[in-house]
Amino acid sequence: MKTKIINTLEMTGLSWMVPVVRLSTGENPREQLSEIMTVIGLPLLAIAAFLFLWAGAASQVKTSLGELPGPSQVWEQTQGLYEEHVAEREKEEAFYERQEERNAKKLAINPDAEIKVREYTGRDTFFDQIWTSLGTVFTGFLIGALIAIPIGVACGLSDKLYGAISPLVQIFKPVSPLAWLPIVTMVVSAVYISDDPMFEKSFITSAITVTLCSLWPTLINTAVAVASIDKDLINVGRVIRLHWVTQVFKIAIPASLPMIFTGLRISLGIGWMVLIAAEMLAQNPGLGKFVWDEFQNGSSDSLGRIMVAVLAIGLIGFLLDWLMLTLQKVLSHDKNAGR
Amino acid sequence: MSVVQMMKTEPSVDETKVTKEEDFQPTFLDLTGVSIEFPTKKGAFKALDNVNLKIAKGEFISIIGHSGCGKSTVLNIVAGLYKATTGGVILNGKEVDEPGPDRAVVFQNHSLLPWLTCYQNVEIAVKAIFKKKKTKREMKEWIEHNLHLVHMDHAMHKYPAEISGGMKQRVGIARALAMEPTVLLMDEPFGALDALTRAHLQDSVMEIQSDLNNTVIMITHDVDEAVLLSDKIVMMTNGPAASVGEILKVELERPRNRLELANDPQYNKYRAEVLKFLYERQRRPQE
Repeated sequence: MKTKIINTLEMTGLSWMVPVVRLSTGENPREQLSEIMTVIGLPLLAIAAFLFLWAGAASQVKTSLGELPGPSQVWEQTQGLYEEHVAEREKEEAFYERQEERNAKKLAINPDAEIKVREYTGRDTFFDQIWTSLGTVFTGFLIGALIAIPIGVACGLSDKLYGAISPLVQIFKPVSPLAWLPIVTMVVSAVYISDDPMFEKSFITSAITVTLCSLWPTLINTAVAVASIDKDLINVGRVIRLHWVTQVFKIAIPASLPMIFTGLRISLGIGWMVLIAAEMLAQNPGLGKFVWDEFQNGSSDSLGRIMVAVLAIGLIGFLLDWLMLTLQKVLSHDKNAGR
Repeated sequence: MSVVQMMKTEPSVDETKVTKEEDFQPTFLDLTGVSIEFPTKKGAFKALDNVNLKIAKGEFISIIGHSGCGKSTVLNIVAGLYKATTGGVILNGKEVDEPGPDRAVVFQNHSLLPWLTCYQNVEIAVKAIFKKKKTKREMKEWIEHNLHLVHMDHAMHKYPAEISGGMKQRVGIARALAMEPTVLLMDEPFGALDALTRAHLQDSVMEIQSDLNNTVIMITHDVDEAVLLSDKIVMMTNGPAASVGEILKVELERPRNRLELANDPQYNKYRAEVLKFLYERQRRPQE
């Protein structure tokens, strides 16, 4: 039982919990306590020191919107944002309730009456924006992966193909998302025309921008991984005369999975950074827009709220990376990845 | 006049004492005039030059030589992984021109797929080869039978990373045996193992060989291993453009026991002959 828990914790990157588990089962308390001090105590100490420095330094900086917010102001704003979110949800519920009541009354008077169901159009709260951003980044990232992995595998298998598209990759890889954005926006407005669009145009624009920037690390890593598979593993496939498709799926891809995942992790990280910038510039809904709106708003709370967003962006980026790493450990044979 | 008779009457080209009687056995695997060149930046590199080798069914052949002499290249040509520039290989009347399970290879570094268990590593080969010939149940029994042969049935559901180097090599051998090869090719199969594990595996191979009577070509750089396991030892000259130097026939009773053989004068004579070839006649220039 204990080893099982410990293995799961190590698998999911929560190895700092291990000494706590060991301690709770009474395993050599002294050693475990000192272990806890190093894996939990030291990081906590560093965070405390950072908060202290931040609080001290922030009060020294005077801006036109007041003092730079310290940790306590940011915490207040976090609570404020949460309350706003709850209030907005209540409003929404109330709106739908009223609408239903109204419609029910209308139907009671005249069963044939035309009833209208309207969507609630309140403003997006901070938490709505987070969900929008997450949805966008995953969509863009998945499209990118679906394009990059097959092309990468093909490039890894054929030197000639890799040689052919390599210059294109090298040229497009360093392009900033902000340069892509106007083109993507124009193309999406021109091509994506429908009376009843399934997705918002802004969503498509942001997602495609993310795709264009997060494509390259996965593509390059996949190509290199497939090209550098141990020759003997390929020979095993040749000796048992596997069909080349089987060879790709049973040998080439599993063998390169650790490196493909490293590429995917980098891609998702880049995608997340790119998305925030794209949202800011294009006013597409999401965390980037939230930051921009608060900046334009210019109230005394704005800086605090932006700081909340900054921390949230960092935290979510960290969680995304953790998610990919855990996925990698579960799916690929390289259980020691990322250490 | 049959081919066999013809060979008998013809004087052997190589006048060493060992090549005379072997012509009595029908040739099963025939390497004729095999040469290979690899393109390099400085032009073509000739690794093998005119390698001729005739192997009978059920024979255990060792190929020995200094490192870099092209031993593995010979094996890879027989396996079909490399193509000879000139000359060719005929197995059982058919020319070898591509890799295939009839010439199963045991690779030097085991080459197990790390994301599959030992069982699955054998299974991937069995499934590919006996797709329509065996039922699911027969395949399972066949996989387990082969893992049992190499004494790995206790750990068959473990991953390669969880077992020792010797055990990995056992699974590699099981995978090769499961292909029911007409020729088993082993490329320094025990080279990366410690002495005790190696001795253990050599005994296992001898045991399996006495059961199945496979035709085996083994690459080695270990003189004792060659004498202990082989019916014939093929000694190769130094590269580049390496060729077959001498062939030594080992006529020791089977089953062979390494302890008893340690003091056997005949065994030591064979051993001395191989050593002489390697360290006197084929001494490397820089040594």
